[in-house]
Amino acid sequence: MVKALRDFFLITGKISQFAGRYFREVLFPPYEFQEFLKQCYYIGNKSLGLVGTTGFIMGVVLTLQSRPTLIEFGAESWMPSMVGISIVREIGPVITALICAGKIGSGIGAELASMKVTEQIDAMEVSGTNPFKYLVITRVTATTIMIPILTILADVISLLGSAAVESLKGGVTFQLYFRQVFEYLQFGDFNPSFIKSFFFGFTIGIIGCYKGYTSTKGTEGVGRTANQAVVISSMLVFILDFLAVLVTDIFYDL
Amino acid sequence: MATVVNHNESTVIEIENLHKAFGGNKVLKGFNLTLQAGETLAVMGKSGSGKSVLIKCIIGLENIDRGKLMVLNHEVPQLNRKQLDELRTDIGFQFQGSALYDSMTVRENLEFPLRRHPDKLGTDYHPDKLVNEALDDVGLLHAIDMMPSELSGGMKKRIALARTLIMRPKIILYDEPTSGLDPITGKEISALINAIQERYHTAAIVITHDLACARMTSNRMIILHDGKNYAEATYHELAQVDDPNVKAFFT
Ligand SMILES: Nc1ncnc2c1ncn2[C@@H]1O[C@H](COP(=O)(O)OP(=O)(O)O)[C@@H](O)[C@H]1O
Ligand SMILES: [Mg+2]
Repeated sequence: MVKALRDFFLITGKISQFAGRYFREVLFPPYEFQEFLKQCYYIGNKSLGLVGTTGFIMGVVLTLQSRPTLIEFGAESWMPSMVGISIVREIGPVITALICAGKIGSGIGAELASMKVTEQIDAMEVSGTNPFKYLVITRVTATTIMIPILTILADVISLLGSAAVESLKGGVTFQLYFRQVFEYLQFGDFNPSFIKSFFFGFTIGIIGCYKGYTSTKGTEGVGRTANQAVVISSMLVFILDFLAVLVTDIFYDL
Repeated sequence: MATVVNHNESTVIEIENLHKAFGGNKVLKGFNLTLQAGETLAVMGKSGSGKSVLIKCIIGLENIDRGKLMVLNHEVPQLNRKQLDELRTDIGFQFQGSALYDSMTVRENLEFPLRRHPDKLGTDYHPDKLVNEALDDVGLLHAIDMMPSELSGGMKKRIALARTLIMRPKIILYDEPTSGLDPITGKEISALINAIQERYHTAAIVITHDLACARMTSNRMIILHDGKNYAEATYHELAQVDDPNVKAFFT
């Protein structure tokens, strides 16, 4: 127990150090802009389909599940605002982050771990390219920027799914649905969740990179590294989400 | 093979009393080495004796604990990042597992070292020309658009060698260049090491387990044992020595 606690603080310290190095180096040249764009493209390309599909399904399911209860209380007209708020505040950011932790975080972890054990990172170092800049800065920056974008897409697709159910079952037009959503949705809903998705993106990138870049366990450790990257970053997403809700609660007095 | 010149001006690597430990694991305990321009030195030692650590110290991938480490008249431990990068353009490093970038084609692999040092070889050098020349040197011009996963072990070693040649290094450090290869391919790689030496007159340290490789390529050999130079002589001299720790390599 004591050992587990000590290990926890030890790894937290090391990750903070790693993140600190990111902030120290991100602003200074040389910038690896091409590699950064490549990573952005790669992240979008790899997760857009899954994020879109999951978002749509969540929108549909949430609406279908809530309908009977709302009808019972005669509050059917509250549907757009209620679902809208759930999606934009919680479901969109968290689902997107979890999917990206699974797909992108594990990919980064495995890629860097295998580069580490096959000495490709050392090879970059001796050929005059700073591997931290080339590999870590580009990937972390890419996840930090791409995951909020994917979150917005997930929100929109999810709301479309919800609107589709409403128009089929309740005869509410898309127009009416979205007018109601935007009537109730305030910046107080959108802003905090948009901001927290940056933190999610940063966390996913930094954990994947940290696990991969510092991996030492040989080729058989690559799979384990990827796995750990997913577990740790998913857990951190929930913890950050909890903190974000606490902070939001204070500032927006919801 | 080049003749050994014993002038001090032509010393390219000078190591005195080098110490390096990882925690309590003392790997190098007072190692000495000098390498002359144009000379090929083989370092033999058991697995885990610190051969890779030694050449990683030379190129600044590992920090040394104590001792003198001069490479091309620079004190390696004193160099800042920029100076170290500069020095590294003069040193080729052949990793044991080749360390080709998996996600890049052969051409991109070869261009990678050029991206940070485009001016080192003068303005009339064109990257395409350099890539072609380096691939031609290792006899693999046809592999230019292949991915590393499509290459055999021997081809990977050749491409990795081409990647170090592209910067026209003055020194090449080979980490077990023939390990993991069949004897015939191993012999081809040893012959290639000699061909490169003749063409570019590079100095080289060849770390190896492979006696045939050491015999073919080296002017001189060092046996690394217990963190020190246990024996130091030519291949033929060492082959006559009656010491068990030396003989272990010659059977
Ligand atoms: N980065 C490192 N951290 C800790 N120990 C290391 C590291 N690199 C090498 N060692 C240790 O140094 C010793 C020599 O390793 P190495 O030079 O790779 O041996 P070899 O002669 O087979 O190339 C080994 O005991 C190894 O465990
Ligand atoms: Mg080794």
